[in-house]
Parts: sequence; structure tokens; C-alpha cells
Amino acid sequence: MSVADFAFYLFALTTVVGGFFTVMARNPVHSVLWLITAFVGATGLFVLLGAEFVAMLLMIVYVGAVAVLFLFVVMMLDVDFAELKAEMAKSLPLALLIGVILLMELATIFGTWQFADGADAARAAVTPALDVAHNTQALGQILYTDYILLFQLAGLILLVAMIGAIVLTLRHRTNVKRQNVIAQMHRDPAKAMEVIDVKPGQGL
Amino acid sequence: MIEFFTTTNLGIALLIIGQCLLIVVPLLVALAFLLYFDRKVWAAVQMRKGPNVVGAFGVLQSFADFIKYVLKEIVVPAGADRFVFFLAPMMSFVLAMVAWSVIPFNDGWVLADVNVAILFVFAVSSLEVYGVIMGGWASNSKYPFLGSLRSAAQMISYEVSIGLIIIGVIITTGSMNFGDIVMAQDGKGLFSWYWLPHFPMVFLFLISALAETNRPPFDLPEAESELVAGYQVEYSSTPFLLFMIGEYVAIVLMCTLISILFFGGWLSPVEALPDGILWLFAKIFFFFFVFSMVKAITPRYRYDQLMRIGWKVFLPLSLAWVVLVAFFAQYGAFWGTYARWTVGG
Repeated sequence: MSVADFAFYLFALTTVVGGFFTVMARNPVHSVLWLITAFVGATGLFVLLGAEFVAMLLMIVYVGAVAVLFLFVVMMLDVDFAELKAEMAKSLPLALLIGVILLMELATIFGTWQFADGADAARAAVTPALDVAHNTQALGQILYTDYILLFQLAGLILLVAMIGAIVLTLRHRTNVKRQNVIAQMHRDPAKAMEVIDVKPGQGL
Repeated sequence: MIEFFTTTNLGIALLIIGQCLLIVVPLLVALAFLLYFDRKVWAAVQMRKGPNVVGAFGVLQSFADFIKYVLKEIVVPAGADRFVFFLAPMMSFVLAMVAWSVIPFNDGWVLADVNVAILFVFAVSSLEVYGVIMGGWASNSKYPFLGSLRSAAQMISYEVSIGLIIIGVIITTGSMNFGDIVMAQDGKGLFSWYWLPHFPMVFLFLISALAETNRPPFDLPEAESELVAGYQVEYSSTPFLLFMIGEYVAIVLMCTLISILFFGGWLSPVEALPDGILWLFAKIFFFFFVFSMVKAITPRYRYDQLMRIGWKVFLPLSLAWVVLVAFFAQYGAFWGTYARWTVGG
């Protein structure tokens, strides 16, 4: 077994075990921590595939930002486990249905990706050889040159979603004291302080 | 002998472990003396003597502190999540060390010469927030929990502007490899380093680094006089020591990053002098001195001021700078200073 094989089995096992315990863990915070383990395993797998840019993005975006948000939310929740269990039994059929549909969709996508006519040619056309450009450059080429319009549109949709979330949660409260930073920065010692020369035995 | 280390699995593993030790051991020993130096600087600013008892001029103070920490009793709060409680300090220590694996100390002197080195450092430093959150949560106590939320929010906020500043440097270099970034600054000595074209960002990076590593004036996580010592309240003995060492290693890492990104890494400031590892050490030491001076002379920020400066000042400024640098690089402004790559290279 070469070093790369060993690394593959290590990361694959980490991912699978992490995913399993994400579902099985009783404590939701432990669940998120296992999810992070699974993400780190997936990062390792990407590195082994030679996709180091995607690997690092997975680490920065999912582990460094998304999972932190999950952790924040989960830590704040006061979860009643018995109630959660009952709830889960009730919605199990629906969850199974959604799971099966997703699985079938994935299978369809994989099938067309793998076996459609001209799939090989289409894939080869967008990916430059590794000796011409390493994968950061290749990704940049695809996203910012070949498919710039689609990429920008995707960004625009995200922007709209973000603004929507802000609009939905924004509340204007009237009787809240706020810091006026400009006023604070323009305070000057001459107005704020007064130095008084107190004579001994006289007081003010 | 050489074949054993380059061909067999055992040999390669031994070689890698040896290289890791070669980085970690000198780093930890250097850290002991940097801690001593740090305390001496504050003492000098405050007109005190500082540590002066253990060893000549107190140079062995850090080692005495180390023994003191290790020999103390480990106290675990009742109802704490024991596994996560001990995982948190280990994580913050290990992650702080891991980032050093891609830092080059001289031309080619690097443990892992990866293409996306700078992203790797950024990813690892964004993981460091987990040590803080897990430590605060696992203590099962109000004050550490509130403290961990506070410092996690702070670390995340400043990561954003650090990331954007790094993007500017990447655009100018055309590569994410630290070796390439340093070599792109080669040329007319001091004046071809990135501090000149990226001048305003040097200060933004320095300040963001201070906030990211929880140093004064942004040391709200450990503002012990008004906010309790943040996420580390319940920690004692070796776990606390691990947190502290992790924090200091992160500080030295930030000093190294500033030296490599903006001040030419191992390149010498004068063309006539040879480049070398000593220049890098001198630069790191200088920025560590700057960090200690900042700690000694600045008052602490208020929390809302901290958040305001991160999101409303640094984020727009660094974002605008990325756009500006991209524009300069595309149109070859300032004699190509902002685009030190050839197309397709």
C-alpha cells in the first residue's frame, strides 16, 4: 500500500465516520463537530484528487464560515430531545421520500455525466491539461472567461437572497440608545475636561 | 542511505517527521525567549524591571513558568463536556503549529511546497476559531460561553478583511505560493517589496492581525478587569498553557506573514548584501517588537468600536483596494508594479 492509498483510506474513513455520527450523535453540538470532521475528510480527498484550490475553498467556506454559523445556532438552542425524537418519527416517511428522490437525481446526473454521447469530448474541452495550467488557473479560466455571464448571474441571485434576508429581519426600534461615533471622535479635551488649580485648605 | 530516505515508505515517513521536528522544536524554544522579550518590552515602557530573577537577567523565566503550569492541578468544571473540554486547547495548539508547514524560511526551505500555500494558511487560521468556541461551550459555564461568542465574532470579522488584503497580493504576484510571492518582490532591494505598492494595506493587515490574534488594543477576549478572562476562565494548568502557546504561535505566524507578504521574506533590503534566512528572522523579530509596543502603549477598544472598525471601515477599504489593484494590474499602471506576472505563466 503506497502512501497515497493509505491517505485515501484514512480520509475516506474519516468522511464516512464523520457523516455517520453527524446523524447519530445525541448532542446537536457534537453533531456539528462530527460534520466538521466529515468536511475535513472531504478536503483531504480533494487534495488527493489534485484539486487543491477546491479543497482549500471547502475548508475556508464550509468549515471556517458555514459550520461556525451552525455551531452558533445549535449552541444557542435549548433542545428538548424527547420532543425531537417524536417529531422525527412523524416526519420520517417524508424524509425518506426526499432522500430517495435526491439519490435518484444524483444517479441520473452521474449517469448522463458518465455515459452520454459526447460527454468525454465536452469534459475534455473545458479542462486544460495539468501541465498547461494548474487547477486554480483552470478554474479561473472557466468561471471568469468561459462562463462569466452565468457566474455573475449566480452571484446576483445570492446578492438578492442576502438583501432579502436583511430586509426580512431588519427592525427599526425607536427608543434605543446608539453610539454616535462621529461625535465621539470629534470630542476635544478642551471641552470635555477642565483643569482646576485647587488651593490647599480652600477647596472648590 | 539517501535511497532509504527517498524511496522506502518508512524512510519517507521518518524524513517528514524529522523535518516537522526541525520546525516545531526551534519554534517553541524561540517562543520561550520571545515571551520573555515581550514582557521585558512592556516592563521597559512602564519603567519596571520585568522578569529578572530566574537565570541571568531572568532569561529562563518562560521555562520556569512552563514547569509551573505543567505541575499544577487540572480542574474540570462539574457538568463540563470532558471530551470537547480537552479537545479545544489541543486543537488551538495543533492548528497554530500546522500553518507553519507551508511557510518558507529561505529559497526552497519549506516543508510542503504547495501551490495554494497562502489559502492553506488562511484556512487553518479560520479553523482556530473552533478552539475558542469549543472551549467556551464545553466549560458549561456562563462567562466562558459569553466570552467565546464575543471572541469568535471578533476573529470572524477580521478574517474577512485579512482575506481581501491577501487577494491584492495574490493579484500582483499571479500565484498563491509563498516562494513565488517572495521571489516576485526580488529586484531593487527594499523598494521592490510589496509594502510600497500595497502601502495602505500594510497598516490594515497589521491592525487586522492584532485583532485576529486577540492582542491589545483588541484583547477583549481576555479583558480580565471588566469582562472576565473570556473563554479560558475555567481552564487551568496544561490546557491553559496550550491555549496560551497557541495564541503566541499565531502571533509569531502573523509577524511572519507580514514579513513574507509585504517585506520580502528572506530577501535583503540592500541589493549588495546576500539574501538569507537571517533577514527573515530579523523581520519577524522587528514585527514582534511592534506587536509588543502596541500592547504596551494602546488603551483597549470598546466592543462596538471593534465591530464598527472591522465591518464599516476595514471591509470597504480592503474591498475597494482589491478592485483598484485589479484595475492597475490589468492596465499595467505604474510601470507594471502591480502585475508581476506574464500572461499564461
